[in-house]
Amino acid sequence: MTPHERAVPHAAWVRSHYLTGFVYQCLAIAEADVRKLRHDPTELVTRAVQPTLWLLVFGQVMGRLREVPTGSLSYRDFMAPGILAQSVLFISIFYGISIIWERDMGILQKFIASPAPRVALVLGKALAAGVRGLTQAVIIYFLALVIGINVRMGIMSILGVLLSTILGAAIFSTFSMIVACLVKTRERMMGIGQVLTMPLFFASNAIYPLALMPAWLQAIAKINPLSYQVDLLRALMIEGSQSAFGIGVDLTVQLAVLAALIGLAARLYPRIVA
Amino acid sequence: MYKNQAAGEGAVRPALEAVHLTRRFGSFTAVDAISFSVLPGTIFGLLGPNGAGKSTTIKMLTTLLLPTAGTGRVNGFDIVRQSVDVRRVIGYVPQMVSADGNLTAFENLLIFAKLYGIPRAERRERIMEVLAFMGLSDMAGVLVRKFSGGMIRRLEIAQSILHLPPVLFLDEPTVGLDPVVRRSVWDHIFTLNTEFGVTILLTTHYMEEAEELCQQVAIMHQGRVVTLGAPADLKATAGVTTLDEAFAHFTGSSIQEGGTYRDAARARRTARRLG
Repeated sequence: MTPHERAVPHAAWVRSHYLTGFVYQCLAIAEADVRKLRHDPTELVTRAVQPTLWLLVFGQVMGRLREVPTGSLSYRDFMAPGILAQSVLFISIFYGISIIWERDMGILQKFIASPAPRVALVLGKALAAGVRGLTQAVIIYFLALVIGINVRMGIMSILGVLLSTILGAAIFSTFSMIVACLVKTRERMMGIGQVLTMPLFFASNAIYPLALMPAWLQAIAKINPLSYQVDLLRALMIEGSQSAFGIGVDLTVQLAVLAALIGLAARLYPRIVA
Repeated sequence: MYKNQAAGEGAVRPALEAVHLTRRFGSFTAVDAISFSVLPGTIFGLLGPNGAGKSTTIKMLTTLLLPTAGTGRVNGFDIVRQSVDVRRVIGYVPQMVSADGNLTAFENLLIFAKLYGIPRAERRERIMEVLAFMGLSDMAGVLVRKFSGGMIRRLEIAQSILHLPPVLFLDEPTVGLDPVVRRSVWDHIFTLNTEFGVTILLTTHYMEEAEELCQQVAIMHQGRVVTLGAPADLKATAGVTTLDEAFAHFTGSSIQEGGTYRDAARARRTARRLG
């Protein structure tokens, strides 16, 4: 054995179990976040406020108007998946702040100095954002049951919604990490997050259908990954709803966007500690 | 836990080398073509004031930062072309407080055990071993934000040796610690070196630290290594009795000067968190 293998007996193990190792590394990064949430779950409570207001206040009032052409769905049924997507977006778009914070602490430096591939570090963080997104899904389902939204209660539907939520959180948190690697400070990151959320939200089908938009906004909404996220969630979550783009398209677009973002983020990741 | 790293090897290859290692940021040269080599089982100190280029050097050798020119080798691996191999054989403790305060000591170690691919069957045992070695066995289940400064540093060192790396990088390991605590951290660093032959590169701007711990030091000033040798030899060459005076002799300035606003701010922040 070479001295390096004697000193680090697991190098060989890591090499021969590359894929398992990779999965472990992703999960380890996500696990750190989940354990932190478990030690201090206050964040989960504060995160519940916004979607509650949107669904109970905005949804109730707008529902009375009966002006929004939501097809066979009631307005509240129509918007509930949109609010889920929105609250996941709001959490994820500021997620980059957590890596800036970890950089300032020195934690990220140690992650990057470890043999874990950068892709695993980024994917792990994206998964952690997904877990936070899941807590939003639980809140939305709870509210939906309370106010009588027609949610599909089949196991496959619920599982599909949960997986879609993780996918959406992964997309926007990875996007946020890319921005964080470029701007590098919390203050700038907060500013950019603020600037991005509302346009992403309004230029999507979250609270009104694309048909209602002027042509230029429709064009933007169609390249906005959030629209595909909402479309997928709506199809899976609400009784009697159908996908506007097709579930296959929704999934393909989102997975492609995620893959591209992960690749870019992994390339940029070391920059944040430079 | 560790096997002695230095024992049993025939030909002596440097554990660590810098070869004209250079890093520029725009027009500013932070590290200016420095070269040195460190034999296995040595504690090597990079000595200099804030802003001398010590941390930048560590960042390049730990593969966090690409050199602008020159290169380095760690355990024979090139820091640019074999960066993943380098990362497998090093442990790194950054200057900042890098243990996660919102996790317990055990959890902090568990995450790294998984990142380094330590098999499940060995994880717990290995974690308890390094905790015991650093005198933290009783603290395994305690949230790190309740730790004292010295305990945090010891936990960070525990984290960095979890995968038994033959080479360890410690960036200002005792900055912000009071003298008694500093000595306990020194004792642990010293044991790692003497008992297990771990090669250690540390940066410091404390002269006592360099004198106490390092067999070899390189004095850095404005990005360059101005001189290099055993502390005793440096003092003899300069014809002085303390390393402080030797530093002044070789650099023409005191170690207390120098550093930018950012360096000073970071040093104070670390000191505040630890204190």
